[in-house]
Amino acid sequence: MNKPVFHRVLGSLVATAALIASLGTSAMAADDWKNPVLDTYPTSTVVTSGIDVTDNYVTVGQLHSITGTMAISETGSVEAERLAIQQINDMGGILGRKIKIVQEDGASDWPTFAEKAKKLLVKDKVASVFGCWTSASRKAVLPIFEKENGMLYYPTFYEGLEASKNVIYTGQEATQQIIWGLDWAYQQGCRTFFLIGSDYIWPRTSNKIARIHIERYLKGAKVVGEEYYPLGHTNFNSLINKVKLKKPDCIYSIVVGGSNVSWYKQLNAAGITGAALAKKGKLLLTISTTEDEILGIGGKNVEGFYACMKYFQSLPNENNQAFVSAFKKMWGEDSVIGDVTQAAYLGPWLWKFTVEKAGSFDIDTLAVASEGIEFAAAPEGYVRIAKNHHLWSRAKIGQMLADGQFKVIAESDDLIMPDPFPEGYK
Amino acid sequence: MSGTLFFLDIFKDYSSDELSSIFVMQGFSGISLFSVFLLMALGLAIIFGQMKVINMAHGEFLTAGAYTTVLLSDLVTKYIPAALPYYFFIAIMMAFFVAFILGYIVEKLIVSYLYERPLDTLLATWGVSMVMQQSFRLIFGAREDSATMPEWLMGSWSPTESISIPINGLFLLLMSILMTTIVLLLMYRSRWGLRVRATVQNREMSTAVGINSKKVDRWTFALGCGLAGIAGAAFTTIGSVSPSAGSLYIVDTFIVVVFGGAGSIIGTILSAFGIAQAQSILEFFLTGVLAKVFVLLAIVGILMIRPQGIVANKVRQ
Repeated sequence: MNKPVFHRVLGSLVATAALIASLGTSAMAADDWKNPVLDTYPTSTVVTSGIDVTDNYVTVGQLHSITGTMAISETGSVEAERLAIQQINDMGGILGRKIKIVQEDGASDWPTFAEKAKKLLVKDKVASVFGCWTSASRKAVLPIFEKENGMLYYPTFYEGLEASKNVIYTGQEATQQIIWGLDWAYQQGCRTFFLIGSDYIWPRTSNKIARIHIERYLKGAKVVGEEYYPLGHTNFNSLINKVKLKKPDCIYSIVVGGSNVSWYKQLNAAGITGAALAKKGKLLLTISTTEDEILGIGGKNVEGFYACMKYFQSLPNENNQAFVSAFKKMWGEDSVIGDVTQAAYLGPWLWKFTVEKAGSFDIDTLAVASEGIEFAAAPEGYVRIAKNHHLWSRAKIGQMLADGQFKVIAESDDLIMPDPFPEGYK
Repeated sequence: MSGTLFFLDIFKDYSSDELSSIFVMQGFSGISLFSVFLLMALGLAIIFGQMKVINMAHGEFLTAGAYTTVLLSDLVTKYIPAALPYYFFIAIMMAFFVAFILGYIVEKLIVSYLYERPLDTLLATWGVSMVMQQSFRLIFGAREDSATMPEWLMGSWSPTESISIPINGLFLLLMSILMTTIVLLLMYRSRWGLRVRATVQNREMSTAVGINSKKVDRWTFALGCGLAGIAGAAFTTIGSVSPSAGSLYIVDTFIVVVFGGAGSIIGTILSAFGIAQAQSILEFFLTGVLAKVFVLLAIVGILMIRPQGIVANKVRQ
């Protein structure tokens, strides 16, 4: 539930200060580390390009927004990557080399992301970068990663329609999140769908895929409305009246950011609650509300709604329990871990496994070696990198609880194939 | 269906009872948007309308009021949960005072030097708004916050089976009526209002007849900011607060004030009503984004014909 503000005030002051203080500097590796396996992996064989790998250390970059509007979302990713890197260092690093981090602040500004990406690749010559959050920031740095031949581990679920040699996408592309979730809603008896989104590329692309799936592949189902509202919109009464008029079986919501709070509060005030919908055999399904957002909305306002993600903090498996407690130990008991935060945690690990399999830090070697890399102990459960640099993973449906957590009620039987350029969805 | 009434297509599957309920609720949705616009615009109508100061930080005073409410709500939830049903009234007052004091300080330190250069107030207050936004971010964190609402403010009121009117919307409406009445009384029925209007019309003359114009300015500016704080507190009932929340409201607020005719509080009320109803109705028949486009186009069109806004004060130029 809501943490007392003054705790948070203090916590965020300290955290922000710490993150800002560490910008542009190396962190988290004592200077007296000696590589125990140097004979097996001499520097001359593990790196043939100009990246910063020495006998005892390897430098990586972290590029997220620490300041500006996106800081709220990206902080979790920064923290998860730090945790993974620390755990890897505690285990003796990668090919005997401990990881040093150079952190840069994208400042929620896309040109700044591009500039900092260039600095990390050209000046710091980092071996890989964990970073970006919004599609806009990824699009801004992509040409730089391709030109300077860097490797980016990108954590956010996104709209797809991209696959680069220089990026590993550890979040879901659109079809992985949408199709199975819609099938689940269909099995619950939903036949009419009302698609709602914030007005930018991710919700629009996602709803386009959703509409095609509903109209082409779900027999007898149809879309009864599709609506977009500007980012930051706070007045949803007209939309809610339209929803009431159309009486859809499933409200399919991709509202993001601050709008979320108004959207759910006003739904509640209008009498559309999880319990009220369930009584009529209807439901609200979202792919944009994670534990992080619920912290701001208040669990009471979303109780009984459903989300389709690949990760929930409440997943009962052992790996996740260990991950959650390690995360809380490092970043505070009050931390919540959403889907993207977990995906960010996968990045450093997948990179480690790839480097160890290839016996090399070289980007070209990693780009090829990535295919088939497995992470069996991932908090979300087994994942594997596909040829298109996205992850095979399982989708899950969680029901929102009053305490801001999810109850996992369904999981896809099979790993879902990542398909960033879906045939039959154009 | 006849061509001209194509948009009525969406109603063909519904009974007249259902339709009338929807229209009642839709009408109320427009009214609640009107209350939001009016609450936002009242403070600015005084600062921009009366004093001609372009206060770009208006939204941040609103945010300050909202954060005050969130803070108080958290304190009450933690220490005196029994007071939860009533704390909101105190929160509104505190929001007013916090924003009022902040406004007073900003006027004293910055705005008071700029009355001769109204355009520079734009730049200076924009700077203030950035400083305030980043301060909020440092103090409260970048996450969206929301206040715990008293039970009685949640839910909806159902006069019939199929009509449900959100209670927070009714509350906003009451708040905006109350605030407008107070402001109107202050401006037009009090000695203080007389002094404000005199100062606005002719600073030198009013100083000459013994009005302390510096003091009038300072209190007027602070009052406008305090009103923004109240709006901020009221908005926690419908939305969230984040460091940059104020910037979402500032554009709409200026549109309402300019369209209404700067300087006229009646104009502000009319314009808030017109814009809110137009937007709400269009949102229903079209979509959210298109509604905004058409409303803005209409405003631009009307302002081209009538640059002084819908209600113009008679001023000797």
